[in-house]
Amino acid sequence: MTHSGLLACHECDLLQREVALPPGGKAICPRCKATLYTQSNNSIDRALALMLAAAVLFAIGNAFPVVTMEIQGRRTAALVWEGAWRLHEEGETVVGILVFLTALIFPLLQIAGMLAILVPLRLGLTPRYLVPAYRTIEEVKPWSMVEVFMLGVLVSLVKLAHMATVVPGIGMWAFFGLIIALAWASSTLNPHEVWARLEVGEPEPAQ
Amino acid sequence: MSAPTAARLGFLACHVCELVSRPPTGAAECACPRCGAQLHSRKPNAVARTWALLIAAAILYLPANIEPVMITSSFLGTQSDTILSGVAYLYHSGSWPLAALVFLASVLVPLLKLFALSYLALSVQRRSQLRLLPRTRLYRLLEFIGRWSMLDVFVVMVLVALVNMGALANIRAGAGAMYFGGVVVLTMLASMSFDPRMIWDATGDADG
Ligand SMILES: [Zn+2]
Ligand SMILES: [Zn+2]
Repeated sequence: MTHSGLLACHECDLLQREVALPPGGKAICPRCKATLYTQSNNSIDRALALMLAAAVLFAIGNAFPVVTMEIQGRRTAALVWEGAWRLHEEGETVVGILVFLTALIFPLLQIAGMLAILVPLRLGLTPRYLVPAYRTIEEVKPWSMVEVFMLGVLVSLVKLAHMATVVPGIGMWAFFGLIIALAWASSTLNPHEVWARLEVGEPEPAQ
Repeated sequence: MSAPTAARLGFLACHVCELVSRPPTGAAECACPRCGAQLHSRKPNAVARTWALLIAAAILYLPANIEPVMITSSFLGTQSDTILSGVAYLYHSGSWPLAALVFLASVLVPLLKLFALSYLALSVQRRSQLRLLPRTRLYRLLEFIGRWSMLDVFVVMVLVALVNMGALANIRAGAGAMYFGGVVVLTMLASMSFDPRMIWDATGDADG
């Protein structure tokens, strides 16, 4: 038995009634001040466009070097997976796996997964895999750390600046764009809207 | 007065899709009717799990700060850097805003997470009714900042990948990087296992 329209705060469990919000509005728990949900129009359309952009930027960021370094005429450039591989080669396999997962695999899962969900939803389809896929993505999200990785790149640049010539590459600009696209997509997408549409066999009227 | 929470009124809220449902009578556990996730009124064994992960993180915290995270060798010699000496190096090379940033992410945030989560777990065990809102806000802050501690691990990775020129200049990762990565992952898992709704459960004690 489900009770649509009822909502329990995820941080203090206070039971309350879901109300329709004006576009751009935000519902806040009266007891613990947690943000309960936000409302934005066409959130699925906009999130889909942003996720497509994210996919392109992610591909560029991983195909072109993020930074190029030159010491006395010798150049090196590095991609994310190369950095992870070098850590592994030097015996720091655990650290290599950790950065490989958080800077590459989890962001990839997040982007590919969101596209696999938003494209069918946009077309009005609800294949069976959508529900477990969306559940998985929500669990992966905290471990996808593109923005922390980019801050790490910036700190490394400053550390290297005194001993070598370091030049930001195309990959870096792509990653900056990626961070913006991901942050924007997750702030624009209303999970309640997605879940309401995913509710197979029990379609909820759009409000 | 005890507030109307899902738990007190016999409802279960799904932790994945947030659907509120009433479990069939007599059922000890059941799955969410919408997304199929296992439903729990509160995260199972939240306090015990949080403590276990916190203790493991605290144990790794020592070698993470004592062992070098990075070993630089060049024609000038070999130099080992711990997390703190890396911050000191940034400070002395004139980029104090960056030194402050790395100090915040690599030293203060992990310590804050260890102490603040211990305080939250203890206060929930003692069913404290004080500072409910500040404690919830503290938890929200921990959830938000936890991932930024990975900063130093990424710095090591970038430097190791780039500075790879044999006798001229070479940077390797030290054992500290692994321990430090462990601290970050364990404290993130610890804050995920904690359930902030338990902070508010204590308010219903008097008349519940
Ligand atoms: Zn609340
Ligand atoms: Zn659910």
